[in-house]
Order: sequence, then C-alpha cells, then structure tokens
Amino acid sequence: MTTIAEPLDPVVALKGAFPDAVKDTKTFRDELTIIIEPQDVQPVLRHLRDTPGLIYNFLSDISPVDYYPDYDRPGRFGVSYHLYSMLYNRRVRVKTFVDEDEPVVPTVTEIWPGANWLEREAHDMMGIVFDGHPDLRRLLMPADWDGHPHRRDYPLGYETIQFSFNVDEIMKHKPFAKS
Amino acid sequence: MADMTAPTTGPTTDMSEWQGSLDELRGLVSDRAMTGETMLLNMGPHHPSTHGVLRLLLELDGEEIVSCLPDVGFLHTGIEKNIEDKTYEKGVTLTDRMDYLAPMSNNMAFNLAIEKLVDLDVPPRAQAIRVICLELTRIQSHLVWLATHAIDMGAMSVFLYCFRERERILDMFEMLSGQRMMGSYFRPGGVWRDLRPEFLPTLEEFLADFPGKIEDYEKLLTSNPLWLDRTQGVGVIEPDVALAWGVSGPSLRGSGVNWDIRKAMPYSGYENYEFNVPLGEHGDIYDRYIIRIQEMRESLKIIHQAVDNLPDGPFRSENRKFVPPPRTELGQSMEAVIHHFKLWTEGFSAPDEEVFVAIESPRGEIGCYLHGTGGTKPRKVRFKTPSFMHIQAIPVMSEGHMIADLVGVIGSVDIVLGDCDR
Repeated sequence: MTTIAEPLDPVVALKGAFPDAVKDTKTFRDELTIIIEPQDVQPVLRHLRDTPGLIYNFLSDISPVDYYPDYDRPGRFGVSYHLYSMLYNRRVRVKTFVDEDEPVVPTVTEIWPGANWLEREAHDMMGIVFDGHPDLRRLLMPADWDGHPHRRDYPLGYETIQFSFNVDEIMKHKPFAKS
Repeated sequence: MADMTAPTTGPTTDMSEWQGSLDELRGLVSDRAMTGETMLLNMGPHHPSTHGVLRLLLELDGEEIVSCLPDVGFLHTGIEKNIEDKTYEKGVTLTDRMDYLAPMSNNMAFNLAIEKLVDLDVPPRAQAIRVICLELTRIQSHLVWLATHAIDMGAMSVFLYCFRERERILDMFEMLSGQRMMGSYFRPGGVWRDLRPEFLPTLEEFLADFPGKIEDYEKLLTSNPLWLDRTQGVGVIEPDVALAWGVSGPSLRGSGVNWDIRKAMPYSGYENYEFNVPLGEHGDIYDRYIIRIQEMRESLKIIHQAVDNLPDGPFRSENRKFVPPPRTELGQSMEAVIHHFKLWTEGFSAPDEEVFVAIESPRGEIGCYLHGTGGTKPRKVRFKTPSFMHIQAIPVMSEGHMIADLVGVIGSVDIVLGDCDR
C-alpha cells in the first residue's frame, strides 16, 4: 500500500518552485485561478501534474477568451487551462494572457497529448498560435477559411429579414432563387 | 467516349491529370504512403458507421490500419458564437442542438454555469426533476448507442428493440416540454414548467418493464459468440493513455478508472442518491459495452429514488431578478409586469467573471466555460465536449487493428458529431 501525499496548496507550491511565475491569483465562486506568463506555461503545468500533493493529472479543457474591444487585463486574449486532480478531487484554472500582436503560447501537447485538438481548435477559432505544436492546422473551419470566427471583432453574420419594401434588393443577391 | 474494351495497363492519361499532391500529408502519414507501398483510403464523411459526418483518412497495409487521421468540422454550426449574441436564457435553446442525443445534459451544463455565475438558487423539487430527466436522457442516449453500435457490428434486431423503448422516453419528454428531443426544458433556476399529471404514471410503467428489456438486449449480445469475437480484446486503451488523451465517461471507466462526476463532484443533488459506478478492467470494446448496459440499470435505480422522494414546492427559483414571473401574476402585480418585460427583452446581467462547470453526460465530461461581460450577454461560452476528445483518441485505439474493427471502435466510444463540432 503506497501512501498518498497530503494535498498541497497549488499557489504556495508554485510560488515555492517558481518564485516569479505566479503573477496573480483569484478566487471566484470557489474556483481558483492562477495567472501566469505565457513562457511559464510548460514548466508550471508540468509541475502541477507531476508534483506529489498536486497531481493535476487530467486536462479538462483549454478555453480561450477574447476581451476585445476594451480590456483592462494584461492582454487581449486569455487562455485558460482547466486542470482536474482525480486523486484530490479538485480543480484549478491556470490562465495566461497574450497580446493581440503576438498571441503565442507554448504548446502543452508534450504534457497531455490530448491537448492537440484543443489547441488546434483554439488556433482555428481564436487565432492563438501554439508554439511547438506538431500539427497546427485548422480543425473545424475549412482549411482555406479567412479569419478566426470566435474573435469578438468577427461579425456574427445573418440573413436580412425580407419585407415587401426590400424584397427586390435581397433577391438581386440570390440569382438562383425562384421568386 | 472512351473505348471500354481497351485493356487497362497502368495509369491512363485521365489519372495523370490529377492536380493534387500528397505533400500536405507528409509527416501525418508514414513515408510508405508517399511511395504507394501502403494505401490511403477515405472513409466518410457520409458513411453509415461513422455516426454522422466524420471523415477518416486511413492508411492501410492490406487490411491493417497503419495510421488514421480523423477530420471533423462538417457539422460546425457556430453554436458558441451564436450564444454570445443572445441573452442567457435564450442561449439554452441552442445548447440542445449540440449533442442531439442528450439535449438535457447540454442544458444542464449551460444552466449550471449560468447559475454559478450569477449565484442563483435551484429549489429541491427542480433538482429532483432535473435528475429524473438527466437519467432518462442517459438511458435513451445509451439506447441509441446500443442500437447503432450493434447494427455496425451486424446485429440488426437490437436496433429495432432499442428504438422501440427510446420512443417511450421521447414521449415522456414530449409530456414535459412539448418537444420530443429539443425541449430546452431546463432553464436558469429550475425547469420550464412542473411535471404534467400524466408524466409520473407513464414513468412508473416504464420503470416497471424496462429492466426486462435490458435483459432482452443482453440475451441477444452479452454471451453471443459473434459479439464476443468482435469486441473482446479489440480497441484496447490503457488507463494512463486514456487519461492523457482526455477520454472520460464510460469510455474511461471501461479502462478501470473510477471517475464519475456525479460521484466525485455531485451537482443537482446527486449526492443524495445511491448508485454504483460500473468499472471495466480490460479497456476493450466489450467492457465499454457492459458498462453502458450496467449504467442503464443504475440510472433506473436513481430515477426510482428520485420519484419516491420527489419534494413538493416550486419547480423554479422565485428570484424575480433572474426568473420571469408566471403569467398569472401579470394581471395583479405591477412589479411582475416590470420583471416580465425586463427579463424577456433585455435579460438579466451577469458579472464580468468566469466559471467552469463539468457534468457527467451519457458520453463523458461536458465542461462549460462561461465568461460574462457585466451585461446581459456572455462574452464567451465554450463547451468542452466528450465526443471531441474521443474522436481524437480513435487513432490510439484503432492503429494496428483491422479496418473492420475500426467500425467497432468508433461505435464503442459513443461519438455524436454535433457534440464534437458544435
């Protein structure tokens, strides 16, 4: 029977291992968010996964978010890693901010191979570049698609509602429709 | 008109006009495919056994799969993007359409996220009704899985029996919400309306004879030698590999990892129910099959307990800042009229914060990441869906197997492409 290490506080443990990595922490509705710099993503997540007392072994999700147009945060895009520890039954969110000009985050596919598609989707939809990713093609959108649909400045797109006063204008753009 | 009688020796001129190139596949398939030593075969996207519009690019050495490249996105409908343009309550309608075999689970994930973000209470009766619906959803989703999985493996009759029983569950959903599948029955703070008087008697009838039906399915499959040959030892995934690839739900428990979010982090009052979490040990197709069969029995147990202890009281939160008042109040209260208009035009506001909730859907972990703006529409909604992770893991389970086994592997991880592509 192996003994299970006592659970550690992830913030204290990270501050001990990487004194400069933890920029900020936040707790909202009992959810802990640890904010780090993009270049620290790989060592921090590896530490969280492998250290006895932490063992955040399951990568639930990689969630990008766009704070366009007015953001009082360190960067336009946020990338959150939602980790879950099956051993201690708890979750943590590790979040990093990247700027509009250079939205580059190191890949975590070497830590969790399952991050492959999650990162491809974030790249496809939000335009985040995952440095070192083995196969960063588009995933959901067609390969020749222009733009990143989940960005906040990407228009939603819609069909103009047809009324009697604008029906001719609309039908002009639909040469194959039978009126 | 080509001369059909001419002998075909080597590539014709028509073939040489092919403008495509294998270059874009370099690094994704083995080098042997470049020289033509192995064969590249396209499977799908419109293939009956890919459970929707999944395309797989297979590299085959004879019948053996050397590599497998899933290609998804054919069913991408921009649901997450669309929810960003809707108030929170209206967004619920769209979540139904993601995983169309378990719409209530999607509702649940989204509503839990909203309730967590704005800190909204859910009355006990609503929680119990939700549990009943979630478990019925689990049963009907597993029935469709069993039906299609069995038909993929050549067992035709199971399909018809499963759909017969599923229809009864859909009828019950219609009683609840007026819709067979896309009910949008769960709303922030509870459910849309109370149980109809005819619902519980119908449910009791179903609970009484469904165990016999499960026995019938098992008689057809569980010890059927053809079924055992096709499923045992096929599509094996080791527990640590499954975890690294983000596999969850029954597919993960088939490898023996005891992780069920209903037990680990209970939501909607799951901590009050007694049920077992079935586990496999080999991680093959057969274990994943047995687990889902057992889960249907466990779901029945949960529904029994929920019906027996169904609390009285409101079916939706009374917090009028988030929940519109019932129509009957509108004639008597000015306050109610104000809330009615406010909530149905503008909606309620949520803070500029983020939450992540995860629930156990019939397929695995559905995570909902919700970020408010401080206004009435979300900044970002993201669903982490089990089918997405499972399709990604299909190559791990199928490489080295025969192409006929691939059909079994796809069926055994229970994918829904609407769930994957959103």
